[in-house]
Amino acid sequence: MSTISTELVEPESGLPAGEPGPVGIAARSPLQLFWRRLRKDWLALTALGIVLLIILTAIFAPVIVDLAGTAAPRTQNADLTGDFGEPLGPNAQASSPSADGTVAQAGPFGSDKLGRDVFSRTVYGSRISLLVAFIATAITVLVGVTLGLLAGYYRGWIDTLLTRVMDLMLAFPVLVLAIGIGVACSGAEGCLGGAIQPGLTVVIFVISLSTWPYMARIVRGQVLSLREKEFVEASRSLGASDRRIIFKEILPNLVAPIIVYSTVLIPQNILFEAALAFLGIGIDPSDPSWGAMISDAASIFREAWWYMTFPGIALLVTVLAFNLVGDGLQDALNPRTAK
Amino acid sequence: MGTYILRRLLWTVVLLFFVTALTFLIFNVLPTADPAKLRAGRNQTPETVAAIRDQLNLDDPFLTRFFSYLGDLLFHFDFGTSVLNDEPVRPLIFEALPNTLMLVLGAAVVWFVIGVVIGTISAVKRGSILDRVAMTTALVAISAPVYWLGLVALYLFSSDLGVLGLFPAAGTYDASRGVFTSISSLFLPWLVLAAAFSAIYARLLRSNLLETMSEDYIRTARAKGLKERTVVFKHGLRSAITPIITVLGLDIGILLGGAILTESVFGIPGIGRLSFDAIQRNDIDIVQGATLFLALGVCTMSLLVDVLYAFLDPRVRY
Repeated sequence: MSTISTELVEPESGLPAGEPGPVGIAARSPLQLFWRRLRKDWLALTALGIVLLIILTAIFAPVIVDLAGTAAPRTQNADLTGDFGEPLGPNAQASSPSADGTVAQAGPFGSDKLGRDVFSRTVYGSRISLLVAFIATAITVLVGVTLGLLAGYYRGWIDTLLTRVMDLMLAFPVLVLAIGIGVACSGAEGCLGGAIQPGLTVVIFVISLSTWPYMARIVRGQVLSLREKEFVEASRSLGASDRRIIFKEILPNLVAPIIVYSTVLIPQNILFEAALAFLGIGIDPSDPSWGAMISDAASIFREAWWYMTFPGIALLVTVLAFNLVGDGLQDALNPRTAK
Repeated sequence: MGTYILRRLLWTVVLLFFVTALTFLIFNVLPTADPAKLRAGRNQTPETVAAIRDQLNLDDPFLTRFFSYLGDLLFHFDFGTSVLNDEPVRPLIFEALPNTLMLVLGAAVVWFVIGVVIGTISAVKRGSILDRVAMTTALVAISAPVYWLGLVALYLFSSDLGVLGLFPAAGTYDASRGVFTSISSLFLPWLVLAAAFSAIYARLLRSNLLETMSEDYIRTARAKGLKERTVVFKHGLRSAITPIITVLGLDIGILLGGAILTESVFGIPGIGRLSFDAIQRNDIDIVQGATLFLALGVCTMSLLVDVLYAFLDPRVRY
């Protein structure tokens, strides 16, 4: 494997750079260098902690809701709405006793228009958000990297075709396309012969469809310059096959930009999913999704501030944490542009 | 330069053809509702539906319909008819377009100014408290969903029910009262739409300016004894801002179609809102027309930007 940026790192004794001393100088791999730099970035590490916390929340959502003692996210409780069907605020008591004589109390985040618990729905909302964002990002990376590699490495007609398709995708009003496909595929039978079922699949399909050109373009650009480098030429002159050059020489050098771009893509996809849910596309209204909750809250936000506030903050914190991690990774990989 | 522009224009035409074809394909091959049934209304019989299908030529083969649509478009500048209320599509689009333009262009001015000012200050005062606060705020602004920000802004500042009542409420924008009388109801949407973009531009400009300021010619300028102010503004900023203008053009182009969320929250009857409603109703001709206009917007802006770039940056040659 050949990597471009293997730096020599001075040992603690502080020998002048460029004069290799007899002892104590070790070449660090780019990964080690990267980790050393990231370790010093407390903001990125904190954000990484928050990201892990959010992932754990998504995994253990039922446990958390159980511990908090709030109702399941889909449970509708008419006792938790006011006399005019308005939602109850955080920890508010119902105005009249329930059928069994007890007075119902709303959860810590209040209830929504159907008397569902906002806390439970916010906790469960992390599941849809992360699931869609991770799967869509994975598909984008897979498709984008494959096509970008092919276009950049083989050039010729593959490259022309791909660049043209990317141009087309970029000229297309993405949101209109997304909404169109979202609505068209949300019928009972799905679309493309049932390959795309209504629900989350539509959302994931739409998101990956509109983000892959960016990934492909970045990878293509990198490959175009990498394939002209000496180590690729050397490998080729040794008789290496295209396959070997692509996988052993070029791909390892793409790992860093791919990781950086993926971490940028995840928060974008989280926002994308929420925006589609806000517009009512793809996701079933009974499913707890942050975007759908905000959309639901939009009509009554003046009466029920808690209903739009908590899912919104959850969304903001999640996206912010991913963005901070992405920033940290980028700085650690490209120390020249670091803050 | 001339041949370059000509080639780009030709490619734009090809691109628009494909956009039109793709939209037509998506909305005709994957329809959820039959447009004829939609139009037949509540008391429909199979006969009336069949008659409407016949009248709308829905039974013709796909390609025949596509080329007849294209023919009307090219030779009569006819965008078809809205399925639901039989209105021609062209005036609908031309009514909505200025609203979106007002929203997006106004917001663009706001975010460009804020982005450049904050980006410059951050770069010049690199590493200071000011820089850190600005860049952290920027990241928060990037992470906030625009529709949520809109709701929060309305909750805090709208005049009818907001806590502070500084700005007109949602839904008060009404272009028929004259563009300039309703401009005050655009202040809040401008700020909300511009929030994330200001942040992106500030970050972008900051990193561009930092890179520029380490160039040799900046050192030369300083060595000549120029004032730091002159070095930053005349030498640094001028070159750091050029790539931002490219991004600005593309963002405006993309936003013309992507302002759906802001338009929804603030009740602005723009083209994004129009196409969103049309998609929900499966009103194909409106969607088709709107998509074409939006794609045209993206293509025109990207062409404009590339041409402009050659003037702004003398190193670029075509």
